[in-house]
Amino acid sequence: MLPYVFRRLLQAIPILLAVAALIFVLFSVIPGNFATSQMADGRSNIDAATIERMNQQFGLNDPLPLRFAKYVGGLATFDLGDSFRTRQRVTALIGERLWPSLQLALAAMAFAIVIGVPLGFLAALKPGSWIDMLSMVFAVSGLSLPMFWLGLLLMYAFALTLNWFPSFGYGDGDPRYIVLPAIALGVSPLALLARTARAAVLEVMHADFVRTARAKGASAYRVMRWHVARNALVIVLTTLGLQFGSVLGQAVVVEKLFAWPGLGSLLVDSVTWRDIPAVQGCILTIVLFFLVVNIAVDVLCAVVDPRIKYS
Amino acid sequence: MERIPAPINGADIDKFTNRLGGFDVLKKLAFTTALTFAAAFTLQAQAQEPRRGGTIRFTAPYGASFVSNDSHVSNQIQDEIYGYALHGMLYKWDAKNGKPVLDIAESVQVSADGKTYTYKLRDNALFHNGRKLTSDDVIWSYTRIMDGSKNYPGARYVARIVGATDVQKGQAKEISGLKKIDDSSFSMTLTDKADPGYFLFQAQTAILPAKEAQAAGFFDKPIGLGPFKFVEHVPGSRMAFERWDKYYLAGKPYADKLVISPMGEAAARDVAFRNKEVDVSILGSTQYVAYKADPNLSKGILEVAEVFTRNMGMNPTFKPFSDKRVRQAINHAIDSDLIIKRLVRDKAYRAASWLPLSSPAFDKDAKPYAFDPDKAKKLLVEAGYPDGFEFEWTATPNESWGVPIVEATIPMLAKVGIKVKVKPVETSALGGVVVGGDFQAYIWSNTSGPDSLTALKCFHSSTPRSSCNYTTFKNPAYDKLIDDASAEADPAKQLDLLKKANAMLQEEAPVWFFNYNKAVMAYQPWLHGLQPNSTELALQRYEELWVDSTSPAAK
Repeated sequence: MLPYVFRRLLQAIPILLAVAALIFVLFSVIPGNFATSQMADGRSNIDAATIERMNQQFGLNDPLPLRFAKYVGGLATFDLGDSFRTRQRVTALIGERLWPSLQLALAAMAFAIVIGVPLGFLAALKPGSWIDMLSMVFAVSGLSLPMFWLGLLLMYAFALTLNWFPSFGYGDGDPRYIVLPAIALGVSPLALLARTARAAVLEVMHADFVRTARAKGASAYRVMRWHVARNALVIVLTTLGLQFGSVLGQAVVVEKLFAWPGLGSLLVDSVTWRDIPAVQGCILTIVLFFLVVNIAVDVLCAVVDPRIKYS
Repeated sequence: MERIPAPINGADIDKFTNRLGGFDVLKKLAFTTALTFAAAFTLQAQAQEPRRGGTIRFTAPYGASFVSNDSHVSNQIQDEIYGYALHGMLYKWDAKNGKPVLDIAESVQVSADGKTYTYKLRDNALFHNGRKLTSDDVIWSYTRIMDGSKNYPGARYVARIVGATDVQKGQAKEISGLKKIDDSSFSMTLTDKADPGYFLFQAQTAILPAKEAQAAGFFDKPIGLGPFKFVEHVPGSRMAFERWDKYYLAGKPYADKLVISPMGEAAARDVAFRNKEVDVSILGSTQYVAYKADPNLSKGILEVAEVFTRNMGMNPTFKPFSDKRVRQAINHAIDSDLIIKRLVRDKAYRAASWLPLSSPAFDKDAKPYAFDPDKAKKLLVEAGYPDGFEFEWTATPNESWGVPIVEATIPMLAKVGIKVKVKPVETSALGGVVVGGDFQAYIWSNTSGPDSLTALKCFHSSTPRSSCNYTTFKNPAYDKLIDDASAEADPAKQLDLLKKANAMLQEEAPVWFFNYNKAVMAYQPWLHGLQPNSTELALQRYEELWVDSTSPAAK
């Protein structure tokens, strides 16, 4: 298993490099840069000499290949550079935002798993029943609702009307603050998990080995526990990995809406002000998280289903 | 419930009466009514004694985070919002009287040529570690701002001190125009005759403690001279402060604590405000309409004409725009009032010329360009464009001065034969496009104050496009007016010259004068002491604010 994990981690390097190159090229070709973005509010008249000095300071006058080489060289030593905007190390900026983002991602996925997976299983066990209908309506709605709008609805319902939770902010360890953003972020993966779980269980329930187990006189509980659930779980886990990996990227909207101090809100501000090192750092972190979570899920699948061999 | 009145001045009243036809009777009636209300509000405000204690829960609406704990680093209003709590500057903006006043200095003497200012610092101005402010701190702070390797945004203000740019270029280590006289006094010589109050009140020019600020980790928990001490910064969530008991204004600040939450999302601010989780919220045009219509929320709205002029700049290198008659025709062809009413939802004041309502040089008798398509057509014929022409209009997605506004003007301009081709750009790219001169026309919101002279100098032919003469406006008669105003020692005469220059700008129409921004802040009934700051409404002097016992955070 360990060689497999090591190999997967090595495979992640070219992916990260490709992403870094893509972001680098994109931000180099679009109009505007950090210096000119400072004038966006219309009140800061920055003269040409200052713009020139800023471009010099941030290395924006260097040829593109040289800038990219410097950037990749920095990456090799885990140096993401300095933020144009804050003048701090990008690693430090990301460091202070990562934990809140992870908290939110974990809470959102916990919400999605705890409700979505059982809902899918229940729906599959009683296909065509009211619970099946309800879970599928919920799943389709969850997938199609824009996250921003859902967040606002939650704010109006649970903060403004019922006054159960605060509408924004991080709090000081008060778990009430994370509830609404976690639900807003978790509904979409919840819906997908419910649909996947339902489909997986239905498929496995009609498999030959399940029929054989029943014919052998195994109890319904045993059939579900040892034959259906374990086999369906591999499919659910794969979906879970994909969702968990991407939830950090999806959190951008939710974090901004709920003033949650994570990577997402840092990314939004950095994009607005063309703070290229910070943007690159945030996106690379999100991509790295996605890759690591997916490797972890692959390993987990092998634990759940011993038939899976990684060579 | 107290309602803090927006500043009422003659210009507002005249604007109102002018729209109704400019009848003298109406003017008098409106003026009398305004005075009565203003007096009533003042009496009501005076009747309430400021209460000590509680927490002010402020919002910073221009982004999802603060940039830095170092106020010299950031160019953004977002960071000035906390800078006013933490720091003292040489001057501060007196919002009620619309002028800069001394902040950390108790007195100033001006030389006969108006270029050298000698300051005596306050004896009781203490940093948050208890150390007394000295002139070394001021000189070190300004020198730091001019560090050419750092490109601090405040350099554009400090650069007006003699020798500052030498430091920026690395040709000197000290600003020659700053001279220490003793620990509590220093002199400052400017490159040209100007009132430094207009450019040394921003938080980018905050005075830091010279010795302490050079220590490692200082900006993890910065100290300043402001009314509140730094407690913590949770990036992307909040910045918290507590009262500085030794603040130099006796008895102030009133509140025990101040929490500022960056909330860039207007809808989220709206919910938080309605849920009484925050004490103020800057409103956009959509919310402005909703709040005005709500019987409760409408009682807590503060409006002010900010020093921003929304305009369409015309590039004279594009042949049609080199003709004044064409530029005037555009001003006549667009129904600005209709757009302000329908699209901007009355969250703006119609612009007559460049200087805004809050400017002392604003001419209350000036009437904006009338919506008159026939006159516009006539002007186009005279200019040699009987069939009109087509131009490219660069615009950002901004709802108040971007593509939505341009789209509204397209049918109006089409009626006089002018076709518009929209060229959308991102907000952060607009500055580069305009400074580079890569446009035929652009729409932007530009600062037009608070210093009227500085604002009008942007149209002086010696001002390059890269500074602020974006339309490369050139008119010798206008230059002379500005030069005379710069040299004029008598404030009244200077004001008169500036009024004439502003009127000339209107006549020359280098831009389509669209509107002046109306900034709107919603505030909770328990919050008192808000100031109608025309430089930026979100910037408040927190030492003046207090919460009464009905606030959820009163304790």
